[in-house]
Amino acid sequence: MTDSHTLVAEHVSLGYGDRTVVDGLDLTVPPGRITTIVGANACGKSTLLRALSRLLAPSQGHVLLDGKAVHTQPTKAVARTMGLLPQSPLAPEGIAVADLVARGRSPHQRMLSRWAVADEQAVEEALELTGTTDLVDRSVDELSGGQRQRVWIAMALAQQTDILLLDEPTTFLDICHQIEVLDLLTDLNRTRGTTIVMVLHDLNLAARYADHLVAMCGGQLLAGGTPEEVLTAETVERVFGMRSEVVADPVSGKPMVLPIGRHHSAQPVGHA
Amino acid sequence: MRTAPATRPAPSPLRAGRRRRAASRRRAAALLGVLVLALFALSLMVGQTFYGPGEVWRVVLGQDVPGASFTVGTLRLPRAVLGLVAGASLGIAGVTFQTMLRNPLASPDIIGISAGASAAAVIGIVVLRVDEALVSGMAIVAALVTALVIYLLAYRDGVLGTRLILIGIGIAAMLDSVVAYVIVRAAAWDLQVAMRWLTGSLNGATWGIVLPLVVAAAVLMPVLLAQSRQLDLLQHGDDTASALGVRVERTRLTVIVAAVALIAFATAAAGPIAFVAFLAGPIAARVVGPGGSLMVPAALTGALLVLAADLAGQHLFGTRYPVGVITGVLGAPYLVYLLVRTNRAGGSL
Repeated sequence: MTDSHTLVAEHVSLGYGDRTVVDGLDLTVPPGRITTIVGANACGKSTLLRALSRLLAPSQGHVLLDGKAVHTQPTKAVARTMGLLPQSPLAPEGIAVADLVARGRSPHQRMLSRWAVADEQAVEEALELTGTTDLVDRSVDELSGGQRQRVWIAMALAQQTDILLLDEPTTFLDICHQIEVLDLLTDLNRTRGTTIVMVLHDLNLAARYADHLVAMCGGQLLAGGTPEEVLTAETVERVFGMRSEVVADPVSGKPMVLPIGRHHSAQPVGHA
Repeated sequence: MRTAPATRPAPSPLRAGRRRRAASRRRAAALLGVLVLALFALSLMVGQTFYGPGEVWRVVLGQDVPGASFTVGTLRLPRAVLGLVAGASLGIAGVTFQTMLRNPLASPDIIGISAGASAAAVIGIVVLRVDEALVSGMAIVAALVTALVIYLLAYRDGVLGTRLILIGIGIAAMLDSVVAYVIVRAAAWDLQVAMRWLTGSLNGATWGIVLPLVVAAAVLMPVLLAQSRQLDLLQHGDDTASALGVRVERTRLTVIVAAVALIAFATAAAGPIAFVAFLAGPIAARVVGPGGSLMVPAALTGALLVLAADLAGQHLFGTRYPVGVITGVLGAPYLVYLLVRTNRAGGSL
């Protein structure tokens, strides 16, 4: 079902005011796959994600959702196809988990429409998938970081979009919760065919969970392809200005980056 | 023959919890509504002469009751209606701003919109010496212009927030000094009239003053209520709201215009009744609890505050105080508390 939705950035330039952050970037998001975007701080990753999700209008070029410029489509219609989890969403004080997740149904509701069975089912399913069913009556304020992130993902899932964009969904989480969230997104992709695009900080996790890996540097797309194609010592050096060795991850067989640094290297390292 | 009652499947915990919370919010709002009605009735009954509910009801129905028809029908009824509608308008407009900007300090009476209305009115009375209707008109235009100026000064890439509040507080201080300057130079006679524009008062309420506000409220409150769902989504941040299908800029513009116009009409009719717009939302939030729209509860709380403060100001003390003095005494400590708290941690409703 989701293979029919396409998301393409055509030569987009993005910026805030006079400052250009992304300059003439092309990206085709493979439908039904997981795409992760990596890059150094301030390279334009989040800005690109904002443009894809129609929060930021390109100064040049277009973002095309199903072949039509996303900025000319009605907000609500886009919200039924494409969901977004920003880096730090806000919750009003004291709101209960169930009421928060239910707000994910907003794009499917009309002004005075009643809460329908379909809404109920979508919320139930989202809670179940994220393992938050037991939290429904708890206040969002009192949850742990990992629980809260799962609740936010549940809200995005309740929206039932075929494309889901996430801006660093694992930040502030400890390693076990990071894996939990990424496994959950993989489940979603495999069972429902949801197209997932996420910005990730951790290179190794990005490589492991991506079908399609995109490396950005200075507002440009440096490389895009399978993790094996993209994640080479050379790319790492160009993106992060850091020397590294890339080996096969013994668990997944995907590429894994080992930074060399100035100390602790078993072989003597000369200054490049 | 009676059939056994159909066994309904037990509602899921999700549904049960959501229903329970919604029902509890409705009960709390209904309680506020009953209190407002009681205070409204009380405002009609008490005064120098007490009239029972029966007499008051007959007057309201339009029957001729000796004595009561004048006292209740001409003096007390417009005053009570003014208190009710002005309070509700200030309450709903206040909570709209606080919700939209995600900050309890963002109330129109804190960020200078009421001050704009006051400054224009005082200039109209003292300097230009125009008549009452024109003073009201000037106040309404000035409130809208003040809001526009604050918005334009604070606007950058569509991001509003703390900057808007700080600019608003600065503008409020500027306008307050304009008011103080004009008042110092005013003749004693004008001072009396101008005072209404500084404290807020229901004194001298006539149907001529009350009706424009009632009409404005009947038009503008539904506009705000229609946006309440979108406004609630804005609490999650502009990005999340937009991803959930809210047209952020359009929603914001609609509610700003409607809320500012409501504030302007309420202020034109009753003066800037201190802190009602500021207090109604947070009190309503405590009363009804989280998770739903605060517009109706805040409107009821605003009406409750004004009616209660007016009753107290008229009857509880030796001297009669205008309603704004009483609400000012209530609101000031809360403002200090919020400023202290917001300085420690980011505040929200």
